[in-house]
Amino acid sequence: MSLNSLWEYANPKKFIQTTDRVLPWVAWSAALTLLVGLVWGFFFTPDDYRQGSTVKIIYLHVPAALMAINAWLMMLVTSLVWIVRRHHVSALAARAAAPVGMIMTVIALLTGAIWGQPMWGTWWAWDPRLTSFLILFLFYLGYIALWEAIENDDTAADLTSILCLVGSVFALLSRYAVNFWNQGLHQGASLSLDKEENVADVFWYPLLVAMAGFVLLFIALVLMRTRTEIRARRMRALLARERMGA
Amino acid sequence: MMPDLGKYADAVLSSYAVSLVLLALIVWLSLRRSKRIKKELEDIESKVKSHG
Repeated sequence: MSLNSLWEYANPKKFIQTTDRVLPWVAWSAALTLLVGLVWGFFFTPDDYRQGSTVKIIYLHVPAALMAINAWLMMLVTSLVWIVRRHHVSALAARAAAPVGMIMTVIALLTGAIWGQPMWGTWWAWDPRLTSFLILFLFYLGYIALWEAIENDDTAADLTSILCLVGSVFALLSRYAVNFWNQGLHQGASLSLDKEENVADVFWYPLLVAMAGFVLLFIALVLMRTRTEIRARRMRALLARERMGA
Repeated sequence: MMPDLGKYADAVLSSYAVSLVLLALIVWLSLRRSKRIKKELEDIESKVKSHG
């Protein structure tokens, strides 16, 4: 696919036509993959020799944390496309992704706290990764509130894009916080290309499927919510036109 | 069928419960808003057409 043909999808009509065909496939693939990953992880994996059965929380915590960060990075890319090319669909896609990313952040924070209590003896610590994740959550809240607070769509897209650029620092920080500051309770990244450092295969394969399920669910939700935002924008335009004509 | 979660059963089960509820919530809210906005837009478009 050439870059020129990619821009065709920035046309709202073309985007809705294409997602009409694609969305059911993505949604059902997401449901199936998520189901397989979570059932496999919960029912058919052993306990960890140190963490006991709490290791089963990894199938929710890691994919949710992964999506919390990557949702913001996806919003960064679409916000940059809005700033540079002024394609409304890209700004609306960023808006559509924010609540999904925020839910992923909440899941990561809550499952982390529930997991941390029996392992660390505390629900919360002002650890670099935990703190940067909390700040990322606050950025999601601020981003959503800013969209809601501004009536003019273009102005809202401009200001939220700038907020997204600033928040990207924390999205990246929450990913690499453990590496920047070698301190705190949170252990290093669970996933690594180095086989010695990566989680054992018996946990890794179901985790991989659960992560694929979360990615597909995120894509399905963002496609559906972007379609909704496109329609809502058209509705606002029609109502404004009608008010001016009246 | 249910695995023996031992002394960590509360932690594991509450993690799954809270996560599944939140995922179901975002799916339900997204579907509900999608249907509502689609219907409202169709109503407005038909009204605009009928007014010429």
